Amino acid sequence: MSSLALTHAKFQIIELFRIPIAVIGSAFWPAASMLAFVVPFVGHEPVYATYATASMVTFAVMSTNLFQYGIGVSEDRAQPWDPFVRTLPAGAAPRFAGRILTGLAMMAVALAPVVVIATFFTEASVSAPAFLAAVLATAAISIPFILMGLAIGYSLPQKAAIVVAQVLFLPLAFGGGLMTPPGGAPGFVEDLAPYLPTGGAVRLMWAAVGDYPLEPGSLLALIAWTGLFGALAVWAYRRDEGRRFG
Amino acid sequence: MIQARAENVTRRYGNTLALDGVDLRVRAGELVGLLGPNGAGKSTLVNLLIGIRRPTSGRVELCGGDPRDAASRRTLGVTPQETGLPASLRVGEVIDFVRAHYPNPLTRDELLERFGLTGLVRRQTGGLSGGQRRRLAVALAFTGRPEIVFLDEPTTGLDVEARRALWDGVRAFHAEGGTVVLTSHYLEEIEALAQRVVVLANGRVLADDSVTAVRGLVGMRRVSLTSAVPLPDLEGLVSVERADDRLHLLTADADRLVRALVAHDVPFRDLEVRPTSLEEAFLALTRTPAAT
Repeated sequence: MSSLALTHAKFQIIELFRIPIAVIGSAFWPAASMLAFVVPFVGHEPVYATYATASMVTFAVMSTNLFQYGIGVSEDRAQPWDPFVRTLPAGAAPRFAGRILTGLAMMAVALAPVVVIATFFTEASVSAPAFLAAVLATAAISIPFILMGLAIGYSLPQKAAIVVAQVLFLPLAFGGGLMTPPGGAPGFVEDLAPYLPTGGAVRLMWAAVGDYPLEPGSLLALIAWTGLFGALAVWAYRRDEGRRFG
Repeated sequence: MIQARAENVTRRYGNTLALDGVDLRVRAGELVGLLGPNGAGKSTLVNLLIGIRRPTSGRVELCGGDPRDAASRRTLGVTPQETGLPASLRVGEVIDFVRAHYPNPLTRDELLERFGLTGLVRRQTGGLSGGQRRRLAVALAFTGRPEIVFLDEPTTGLDVEARRALWDGVRAFHAEGGTVVLTSHYLEEIEALAQRVVVLANGRVLADDSVTAVRGLVGMRRVSLTSAVPLPDLEGLVSVERADDRLHLLTADADRLVRALVAHDVPFRDLEVRPTSLEEAFLALTRTPAAT
C-alpha cells in the first residue's frame, strides 16, 4: 500500500467526517434494520440471530458501498476538483486504493452499532476466533461491492448512477438470500443465490460465524465477480473524461 | 526542447467539433497566451495537453510523453477551477494533499507566503473569499516546482492589486526558466504577460504571432456613421454592416479610417468610435476572412 493511497484515504475521511450527518446516516439504517427485523423476530434464537446478524452486516456492506461509491463517485466526477486531481502525477491505483480504505473505515462506523445491538439485544453469539473470521470476511466481501460501486460511479452520470444503484439494490439483496435465513428462501433463489455476489458474500459470512458449509462454487463465483467488477471499474476510470463540456 | 505539442489534433463531442486540426508547439521557457472567445476550444486544447481528455484524432505530447501517463505530468502544474476546491478541507490540508503527489514540492509556508495566503492555513476553503480562493488555486499549480504550468484565466475576478501581485509571481516563475501557457478571453491579461499569442476561434488556430501583431488583428474599433452614399474602397476595413443608412465599420485603425473618409469627401454624420469586444472582433474575422 503506497503512502499516496493513505494520503488519498486520509483526506477523503477528513472530508467525510467534517459533515458528521453523512457518517451518522450510513450508521443509521443497518442499526434500525437490526432493531426492526432481527431483534423482535429471531433475537431469542441464538443460531438464527447470529445468521441474521451476519446477513444484516452483508446487507449493510452492500448498500453502503453501492450508494457511497456508485452515487458518491459520480457526484465527485461532476465537481471541477476531480479533473484537477487527474492532472496530478498519479495514476488510478492510489485513488482507487484510497477510496477502498475510506470505504472500509466508513463500514466500520456503519457496522459497529449492528454488532453492539446483536451482542446486547439478541442471543447471537460467536467465539473469539469466529468473530475475528467474521471481521476478515467483512473486509473481504466489501471489496467486490466497492468495485461494483466504482464501476457504476465512473461509468454513469449522476442521475443514471442513482437509478442503477437503486434498481440493483433490492434484487441483489433478495436474490442473494439476505432477507431469508440460510436455506429458507424460495427454491429458485436458493439455486441462484450462491452464484450472485450478494449470495456468495453472505455465505462466506455465515461460514465465518456458524457451521454453514461453504460451497467452493459459491466462493469461486464471488472471486470471479470481484475480478469482473475490478476490471469494469478500471475500464470505466480509464475512459472517463469527467464532465462532457468544460 | 518542445514541452507541449499538439499535432493535427481534432476533438469531437458527439456532433460538435471542438477542435479542428490544431497544431501547437510550446518550447521550454516560453510564455504563451491562448486567446479566444468562449467556446473557441481553449479549454478543450488545454484539457488534451494536460491529459484530462483524449483527442479524437491527432497526437498530443507533454514533456516528451503521453500526457495521460502519470510520469509525463511530474513537472506539470495546473490551476483547478477555484469553485471546485473541496469546501470542507482547510487551506493547509488542500496544499498538503497536492504536495504529497510530488517528489520535491515547495514547503507549505513557502507557498502560503508566495501567494499571500499566510494566516489562512486553518481556514476551510468554503469560507474563503473569491480572491483568496483564486490565489489558492494558482498556488496549487506551483506546488510541485513545475517546469510547465497551465493557468486558466488566472486573475479573473481579482482586484487590481492582487492581479498585479499574481502577474509578478508568474513573471518571476518565467524569469527562472519556467514555461507558462495562459488561457484567457481578455486581451489585457494576455498582453500583460505573454510574448506569443495563439488565437483560437471555432476550434482552429486563427493566428500564432507576437502580442503586437495579434493586438492589430483583434484589437478592433467599431466606427459607426450615418451616410446615404455607398462607401468608396477604404483600406484597413475588416467588415461593413449596413442597417438602413447607418453603417458599422470594423477596423484595426480607427484614426486612419476616419481620415480616409474625410479625404474621400464621404458625407457622414453622427460619427461614433468605440472599442469592440473580443467576441465581436472574432465574429467579424471568422465571417469575412478575406476582407483585410
